[in-house]
Amino acid sequence: MLELDGVTVRFGTRTALEEVQLAVAEREIVCVLGPSGSGKSTLLRVVAGLQDPESGAVRLAGQDQARVPVHRRGVGLMFQDQQLFPQRDVGGNVAFGLRMHGVPAERRARRVAELLGVVGLPGAEHRAVASLSGGEQQRVALARALAPQPRLLMLDEPLGQLDRGLRERLTRELRRIFTELGTTALAVTHDQSEAFALADRVVVMEEGRIAQQGTPLEVWRQPASEFVARFLGFENVVTATVHGDGVATPWGKAPAPADWPDGEVRLLVRPTGVRLGPAGTGLRCTVEARTFRGGSGSTVTLLLRPAGGGPPLEASCPLGEAPEEGDVVGATLDPDELVLLGGA
Amino acid sequence: MDVTRREVVRAKGRFASGNLVRLGLMAVPFVFFGLFFAYPVAAIVGRGLRPEGAWAFSVLGEVLADPAIGRVLWFTLWQAAASTALTLALGVPAAYVFARLEFPGKRLLRAVLVIPFVLPTVVAGSAFLALLGRGGVLDGLFGVRLDTSVWAILVAHVFFNFAVVVRTVGGLWAQLDPRQEEAARVLGAGRAAAWRRVVLPALAPSIGAASLIVFLFTFTSFGIVQILGGPRYATLEVEIYRQTADLFQLPTAAVLTLLQLLVVVLLLAWHARTVRKRESTLSLVPAEQTAHPPRGRGQWALLWAVLGVVGVLVVAPLAVLVERSFNGPDGYGLTFYRQLFTDTGNTTFPVPPIAAVGNSLAYAAAATALALVVGSLAATALTVRRGAGGPGRLVRGFDALLMLPLGTSAVTVGFGFLVALDEPPLDLRESWLLVPLAQALVGVPFVVRTLLPVLRAVDVRLRESAAVLGASPLRVWREVDLPMVGRSAAVAAGFAFAVSLGEFGATVFLARPDAPTLPVAVARFLGRAGEANYGQAMALSTLLMVVCGATLLVLERVRTHSAGEF
Repeated sequence: MLELDGVTVRFGTRTALEEVQLAVAEREIVCVLGPSGSGKSTLLRVVAGLQDPESGAVRLAGQDQARVPVHRRGVGLMFQDQQLFPQRDVGGNVAFGLRMHGVPAERRARRVAELLGVVGLPGAEHRAVASLSGGEQQRVALARALAPQPRLLMLDEPLGQLDRGLRERLTRELRRIFTELGTTALAVTHDQSEAFALADRVVVMEEGRIAQQGTPLEVWRQPASEFVARFLGFENVVTATVHGDGVATPWGKAPAPADWPDGEVRLLVRPTGVRLGPAGTGLRCTVEARTFRGGSGSTVTLLLRPAGGGPPLEASCPLGEAPEEGDVVGATLDPDELVLLGGA
Repeated sequence: MDVTRREVVRAKGRFASGNLVRLGLMAVPFVFFGLFFAYPVAAIVGRGLRPEGAWAFSVLGEVLADPAIGRVLWFTLWQAAASTALTLALGVPAAYVFARLEFPGKRLLRAVLVIPFVLPTVVAGSAFLALLGRGGVLDGLFGVRLDTSVWAILVAHVFFNFAVVVRTVGGLWAQLDPRQEEAARVLGAGRAAAWRRVVLPALAPSIGAASLIVFLFTFTSFGIVQILGGPRYATLEVEIYRQTADLFQLPTAAVLTLLQLLVVVLLLAWHARTVRKRESTLSLVPAEQTAHPPRGRGQWALLWAVLGVVGVLVVAPLAVLVERSFNGPDGYGLTFYRQLFTDTGNTTFPVPPIAAVGNSLAYAAAATALALVVGSLAATALTVRRGAGGPGRLVRGFDALLMLPLGTSAVTVGFGFLVALDEPPLDLRESWLLVPLAQALVGVPFVVRTLLPVLRAVDVRLRESAAVLGASPLRVWREVDLPMVGRSAAVAAGFAFAVSLGEFGATVFLARPDAPTLPVAVARFLGRAGEANYGQAMALSTLLMVVCGATLLVLERVRTHSAGEF
């Protein structure tokens, strides 16, 4: 459906996108994930034709889009801050694209009503844009983007400014709507949980380059680089030495899989891979901080300070078994939860 | 305990106290406009309509039935409409270029654009005379003279008001979020459709405001028509001057003044009605984010076209003015400037003409101070929040009243001052303050229009958080409002100063023969034959232009991105 082939964009001396290769298949939902300034939004603007690439090609359904103006590309874009037209009411906003495509009034009205139903705002046609709440504005923006039936719908931080509960509900709804309507979607976000919940495939960007892509599970399980690991919120990244069938870390030794190369490596220890026992077993640590983030998992994140010095270690454990702050515990590493990181 | 009790009292009194504060703030502007605007205008109109102590309404019918007056009214209306349309046609593209495109010299050029606007109409008129008139540049090059055609008036009006459109429309345009346009494009609108359906509706209020101002200025145009119109063309304002100063037909002048006022009031009312309907919250972004270097052939072409228009329409007349001032009888030199310092001792100039520079600066400074006090009180009164609901009818009426001096015959005001302010306790005929008072009248609307948007844009929550932290209302104003408004107050002061500097219609009546202002001196020179007089007029005009230009360049430095509607 969409192909980006070696797309590069520079603003002055700053490179926003560098040699980006990306493909999105029909009916696929792809989420581009990255910190702010990593070139995510530029990627969308290039596909929409709002920004010309310095080199490389954008193809939609196999056709090069270089000479196709924005309004003829047949893509939809939902802006980060919605950009609803303040002079028009809700119905006028949703109908805008249909009018641009010459849809007759009566069919337009029907389609607007139908879409407002899909996004959960039935009958809101005559409400003023200014009277809508943040979540409602987001829904209207979605309905407006969907109305002309774009072959590719792009979403820039679709749920950025919403509160957590609403965000989770809307993420589920977005997936349902996209699946129901058979929409091909390309979204960008800096929020991993949003990306993982929404996408069939996740693309992680780092400074204009694609750092990793894969299903949410693949990326979560096996971050390709230290950048990806840290961006996903993993803190336990250290230099370790692999020797034969063992690996020596600042936090103790653990068995290593046979296919790991000998020598110095960067290693990620998932917080779930830190087993806690009574003091005296494994690495002696003091519990420095304890964070309970709520949610259905009921896990607690602990910050452990090794008694013999060395970098702090993050561990997670079920709420019921969690030690108190100031307790002394022994930590051992679970070999299954060690991840060898590539890249720099 | 004490705190809670006070809170209760305050909650009860809130509605009334908001209005009381507002009324208190309005008092000074009300008295000012009452004494120095309404009273003089009423006095002169009264004198015209009650020549022997009895109302003579028959003169109304006589004047209005006069076909010559009908022609003047018709000409006044259509030339104002044509000038406004022409200014918009040329100004809106320029507004885009100055708002959205980045190019070297933009700041300087933007300051230059405003020079005509604050230039005295007499000087502008003489600049165009030098360009289009007999022996002018166009005459010399192509043998074309436009000084007696209506085109000279229209072009001079564009020259004058170009900056109003560029600043008012461009100021908003620079802050419109470009993504609104992009959103329309992505939804399938072509470039033109996106502009028409998204950008234009957002700009509509500012285009409306700019049109109103341009129409008011051209409708009451005096100096330009006086100089370029010749015997064939006269606006109501010129006719009022002729009837008052040349023919001493006060009854006719009074009727014409009322007629002019009526049209202006109708226009203001209609504008207030339509514009308020269209105002909607827009999504605005800082102006620095929206400007970019020209991209593509279209934008380059537009940039050059606008620069061309600015060059021909604004820079050329100013340049010709300067050129003429140096072009003495013995070739280029400072002859005319030197003559300005000599005391001729004749009746036109009992003092050396250069004294006009000092007079002008002193009068303008006093007028600015007055305008700033009255205008900022008025603007604050207009932003004081009432318990609930939008601004009341009283406030809207007050808002419109403040604009009225811009649309009233300056000749009438000037002559009204002489007629009305001549008895104790208000005998100001001998007072030095007479001129600054009249000049402040036109300065106040500028101050109000510049301060109002900024005051209104101060986030209510900032004031609330200051109040929660223990600041009294006065303290809130000093700690929150004043620092934010400070810069635009400077801009407002600059505008008021420049406008006072250029005021002519009223000052010409009020300035004493031994204390002329620059525009009055220029007009006196232009009114006399001879090359030396013409040259000195040009030299004085150049001096005035330099003073205005310097003021504006200073303004350009302090200008905030959200300052004002002018």
